[in-house]
Amino acid sequence: MLWMILTPLIAASLVPWLCRKLGRTTAWLAALLPGGIAMLTVLRLPMEPGEAWSVSQPWVPALGIDLAFRMDGLSAVFVILISGIGALILLYAGSYMKTDLGRLLGLLLLFLGAMLGIVLSDDLFVLFIFWELTSVASFLLIGFKHDQEGARASARQALLVTGAGGLALLAGIVLLTIAALQSGLSVGSASKISELIGSDVSTHSLFLPAMILIMIGALSKSAQVPLHFWLPDAMTAPTPVSAYLHSATMVKAGVYLLARLNPLFGHSATWHAVLVATGAMTMLIGALIAAGQTDMKRILAYTTVSVLGTLTMLIGIGTDLAIKAAVVYLTAHACYKAALFMIAGSIEYVTGTRDIEKLGGLSRAMPITALSGALAALSMAGAPPLFGFIGKELLLKAKLNLDTLGVALICAAVVANIFLIAMALAVAAWPFFRERKQSSRNAREVRLPMLIGPFVLAVAGLFVGVIPDVFDRTLGSAIASSIGGRTILMDLELWHGFSPVALTALGISLVTLGCGFALFLKLRHWLGAIKRIVGVAAVYGPARIYEKLYTGILTCAAVITRKTQTGKLRQDLRVILVFFVTLSVYPLVRTGLPEPEVLGDLLITESVLGLVLLAGALAAVHSRSRLSAIALLGITGVLIAVLFGLFSAPDLAITQIMVEALTVVLLVLTFYRLPKFAAFRERSVRWLDAIIALAAGAVMATMLYQSSLVRLPASVSEKMASLARPEAHGRNVVNVILVDFRALDTLGEITVVAMAGLGVFALIRTGRSARAKGGEA
Amino acid sequence: MNAIVFQTTVRFVTPVLLLFSIFMLLRGHNEPGGGFIGGLLAATAFVLYGLAFSMDRVKSLLRVSPPTLIGIGLLLAVISGCVALIAGQPFMYGLWLAWELPLGLKAGTVLLFDVGVFLVVLGAVLLFIISLSEES
Repeated sequence: MLWMILTPLIAASLVPWLCRKLGRTTAWLAALLPGGIAMLTVLRLPMEPGEAWSVSQPWVPALGIDLAFRMDGLSAVFVILISGIGALILLYAGSYMKTDLGRLLGLLLLFLGAMLGIVLSDDLFVLFIFWELTSVASFLLIGFKHDQEGARASARQALLVTGAGGLALLAGIVLLTIAALQSGLSVGSASKISELIGSDVSTHSLFLPAMILIMIGALSKSAQVPLHFWLPDAMTAPTPVSAYLHSATMVKAGVYLLARLNPLFGHSATWHAVLVATGAMTMLIGALIAAGQTDMKRILAYTTVSVLGTLTMLIGIGTDLAIKAAVVYLTAHACYKAALFMIAGSIEYVTGTRDIEKLGGLSRAMPITALSGALAALSMAGAPPLFGFIGKELLLKAKLNLDTLGVALICAAVVANIFLIAMALAVAAWPFFRERKQSSRNAREVRLPMLIGPFVLAVAGLFVGVIPDVFDRTLGSAIASSIGGRTILMDLELWHGFSPVALTALGISLVTLGCGFALFLKLRHWLGAIKRIVGVAAVYGPARIYEKLYTGILTCAAVITRKTQTGKLRQDLRVILVFFVTLSVYPLVRTGLPEPEVLGDLLITESVLGLVLLAGALAAVHSRSRLSAIALLGITGVLIAVLFGLFSAPDLAITQIMVEALTVVLLVLTFYRLPKFAAFRERSVRWLDAIIALAAGAVMATMLYQSSLVRLPASVSEKMASLARPEAHGRNVVNVILVDFRALDTLGEITVVAMAGLGVFALIRTGRSARAKGGEA
Repeated sequence: MNAIVFQTTVRFVTPVLLLFSIFMLLRGHNEPGGGFIGGLLAATAFVLYGLAFSMDRVKSLLRVSPPTLIGIGLLLAVISGCVALIAGQPFMYGLWLAWELPLGLKAGTVLLFDVGVFLVVLGAVLLFIISLSEES
């Protein structure tokens, strides 16, 4: 199973290079990989309820984190959807993209691998790593057109919202693991989902906080109200990205996590209440806002938000019927939504616009796209006999079994669905079937790779709808059982017989369809009004709060920076030193100042050196020209090197001398560019600087003195010295520590050196180019 | 700065300093020295050369740009750490060749790491100084 995740990740790094050699053919090759994964998974079907394959490989044994992967029904359906739709999207992208194809294919494969990682991981920490990887990959994908400010802002927004959710998820996972360890699970199994389910961790007091944090993570990823706003804004991405991330994958990751952990959390009342409430709200709000849009991709985005709400709500309800409905709805939605996104992309590709008001009459020019669109839209609207219909029927029946709460939920669902049906028809019918518009003048059918995806997915919905039995027996029951944590048999049917519940459900569903159709017919007149209402509501929406918060933090940071970092070296130094002194005085005082020891055994050479050093420093302070100041500072530096040498630290001494020499060179190079050497006549300024300097010096000296008093266990240095020769084959202990015992620290340090070098390089470069620009203007 | 005496001296001093820096790098394991000091010394050698002639000539002398030096250095350091991973030891565990190089040198991942440090320090210092000199 590991190879399923690894091959896309490896391929992701190779594809951009391959694309430079092969051009568009790469898309076909790239699509083979996820296509193969999907095929192999399908060949493993049918799966029985409760059946699972698992592999495990130790990773961080000390923390009990293993690369544990497990495929049960729920994982299998996600693997098939992610890789199957992924393959179609890669193909589609091959024709859709005009430039930058290699980068897009690479990022899509990276994302695909990360998604597969999420749905296959059995270890919560491994899952989290892949979870973050999808956030990073989606950041790069949403901001794909990185030369546009809007795309960058959307990418940042998506990253911040899902990233914050990711942090909550991590905290939740840690708490859950602690709870599990304290309830008696072993280190290895405390973070394994399959081990947690069925353990008695749910009685632990940390269980509830952990659950709430995990819920926040999942809900933010799945764009639930009030964190839904990042999804529609993410539509600035190229269409293949939207089609992939926002139909079957990224946003479904949250739903997946909820479904995966439902057997663990499902007994909690809070779980049900939060999921049902958030889900229902999201379902309604998403559908209402969708009706106010005219951009095809934004309509689809908001209807996706609505569907994600429905799925969350269904998991929250948690009865057998609700879980069945969630399974069907999830699968159907992935198919038709990806198809519709791709169709929107094809239309834009041909006409140059996505505005449904400017589109019309494309059916003659694009017959196959139109057919796919019609099928997908009917599935979305829930028209019999498509897959979507079964989903909606089940949805209604699930709620009919719920008594009082059910009535409210059904009302919400009916309202939401009326809007969804109208918008589905608007997206699929207006561009194709009403009178021709200006934009469709030069329309022609798109090329084959852009036809395959929508058509296959639209037909898949129809196929499962007509023969639900196949889905049932191969996968459906296994998925439902994974979510429910108990055996649930699907037995899907198009016709549910004459029982009162079935008839009521059918009735409601037909009424909803009718109302939706009526709304669609009137939509043209009402669009303006709905748009205005949505616009007013948006002013008070969470997106505005996010914006305020974001700009607020930036302004705050700017003010602090301006106050503390004035750009004048003198002022900056003052700030740094004052902070240093104030922050270190407290711990120094708390540990108690050391008793000054009598420096009895001071040698004459040492005291003379010390006096010369002091004299040099004092002379530097009093020097009237920069050159003499540099020279005097150089003297103190060299004398310090001599001191190092006297105290048998030759390595330090050599380094100190080299640094002194190079500092002088640097100063010489910049000498003529420095401002005039300022002599401060004002007494107050001089006194202030003197006090700050003396205080900093005193604190530093006390600290050094105090640290020399700390008697480390002698064994540490002795051990290092004694190990240096036999273990590291070196006599120079200092260097052995640097490059062997503490090599990781050194690696960090040289990385800092490298960054500093590049930083100076970049600063000087940008300064120069800015000046060059200023000169031209 | 085109004093003939300085230029003539530098012509001789630079190669000696460079040799000396490599000497310091190699002996670092047993006597004072090592990648850090070696890198600083080598940088000083190049900087002296640059002061005597011009930084452009230093660039052509180097053949590779300082950022490339930094990159290669970091890469060597990381690779030296990964060798141990392949051998099934923890990251950065020092491994040694069984035989000795001429001059009684022991070769191993630690030496490779030190060479990485050398290159990073050399590249970073040269990057500072070359960018600053181009500025003025």
